[in-house]
Amino acid sequence: MPFSHAGKAVFYMKKHGVDSLIQVEDLSKAFSRGSDTLQVLQQISLSAEPGELIAIIGPSGCGKSTFFNILAGLLSPDGGSISLNSKKVPHLRGRMAYMQQKDLLLPWRNTLDNAILGMEIQGEHKRMAREQARDLLKTFGLEGFGDSYPQELSGGMRQRVALMRTILCKKDILLLDEPFGALDAITRSIMQKWLLKVWGQFGPSILLVTHDVDEALILADRIYVMTSRPASIKGSLQVDLQRPRKITELDMVKCKEYLLGLLEDELTVPEP
Amino acid sequence: MKTRLVNTALPVALLAILGLSWEASVHFFEIPSYILPGPWEILKVMWQRMDLFAAHGVVTLIEIGLGFWLALVVGLTLAVLIHASRIIERSFLPLIISSQTIPVFAIAPLLILWFGYGIGSKVVMTAIIVFFPIVINTVEGLKAADPDTLALLQILEASPGQVFFKVRVPQSLPLVFSVIKIGVAVSVIGAVIGEWVGAKEGLGYLMIHANAQLQVELVFASIFWLSILGMGLYGLVVVVERLLIPWRHGGSNK
Ligand SMILES: Nc1ncnc2c1ncn2[C@@H]1O[C@H](COP(=O)(O)OP(=O)(O)OP(=O)(O)O)[C@@H](O)[C@H]1O
Ligand SMILES: [Mg+2]
Repeated sequence: MPFSHAGKAVFYMKKHGVDSLIQVEDLSKAFSRGSDTLQVLQQISLSAEPGELIAIIGPSGCGKSTFFNILAGLLSPDGGSISLNSKKVPHLRGRMAYMQQKDLLLPWRNTLDNAILGMEIQGEHKRMAREQARDLLKTFGLEGFGDSYPQELSGGMRQRVALMRTILCKKDILLLDEPFGALDAITRSIMQKWLLKVWGQFGPSILLVTHDVDEALILADRIYVMTSRPASIKGSLQVDLQRPRKITELDMVKCKEYLLGLLEDELTVPEP
Repeated sequence: MKTRLVNTALPVALLAILGLSWEASVHFFEIPSYILPGPWEILKVMWQRMDLFAAHGVVTLIEIGLGFWLALVVGLTLAVLIHASRIIERSFLPLIISSQTIPVFAIAPLLILWFGYGIGSKVVMTAIIVFFPIVINTVEGLKAADPDTLALLQILEASPGQVFFKVRVPQSLPLVFSVIKIGVAVSVIGAVIGEWVGAKEGLGYLMIHANAQLQVELVFASIFWLSILGMGLYGLVVVVERLLIPWRHGGSNK
């Protein structure tokens, strides 16, 4: 069976670590809060192979976004290292596009112009960038909203614009922090299919944070489970199942049970 | 749509009531028109002496326009420089802020002395009044960019110039426009005071002149024309604002 024993990370199937695209080792981070410190990340280690789709799940507030912010170079870690193609780097900027948890759309730009922000900054021609974005509108369920301002869009639509902006940066590493968090079940499943298609077409390596165990199972090659704060890697699960996957397949149900087991230990229910 | 109608109707109704009670009181208490003319009489003067008001109004309008434009160009430029350079900020900003304690109207006679009785002194007067708030608020607006948005630009590897033009400038526009709107009202005062202190033409000059001759209805008519001028300029700014900040109006009215 393709999973590890509870509490311990076991990697197999593929060789990890030696020639990984991204290797994170013992990453730690604490925030100071007045006089005391809040330890958020405690020796996080994980790796990603080229073209791998990795999901990270963990309890709310455990430090998932903090982890991504460090990878993106917005925060510097207190300890540990990040390697890209076996070379130590301070962060992944330059190779990576990052979709943050907040959509961060610019209120003075309409859908198309928000979507092309990254391309524009990279120096691409505005008109050509807009054409490319326009072609994506339909796929993203934003047809007819190309000229709308963010204030006129729903939360889910805004999130899709942010995803478009991230994808259009055309980087080979994508960090996606709960990209489908604000979507309803149907739209969510459409977007998941679409993400798999893009992934199949262009083959970026994707690190994706999600709250949704099902989503992780449907999408990911490998799933990392984080502990509650201070976060470390509680376990990982290699999902070598054929795509498209159905959450009702027996293997998937088994995987889900295993993941829920890992997560359950992390949920501290207050004593009555 | 309905609220919009009410929003226009209410102040108009109030204005009508005030006007009518004014008219009624003037007749009821038999107030002589050299003390307080009724609105109807003022409106008649405004209309009958149109040529006079037009001639003087154009002068005042030019003073306001030039002064305002001068303040805007110099003010925005200085604000950008202050934003761009620590040294300029440290040397200019304290002086600009403390200079606001000087009562600008008090230096009006000096301006007349230096720039003459013509429109020059009024243009400078207007510009000085409007200049300070424009500088300070623009600096404030440029600084006040949302840290998360700046982080996004950092992730996208934007250059400082790109951050400035793609985020800071558009983000500061609403604040800049709100100060420009206040500035328009203030600039009318600047020009009029400049004319009071010494001028040969302009609506402010006309007021002083008419007041000295006890032509009170002419004074009132000048005041009315001045406020119409002010409202017109304000409306103009609102139109420009809507053109430059379409995202603020796009959503709610559709
Ligand atoms: N800049 C900061 N300064 C201080 N504390 C912070 C900062 N950023 C995050 N934290 C704290 O670190 C902890 C982890 O935050 P983080 O946003 O990484 O969690 P998360 O796993 O992404 O949560 P969620 O699932 O709700 O998105 C939280 O307790 C938060 O209060
Ligand atoms: Mg988060």
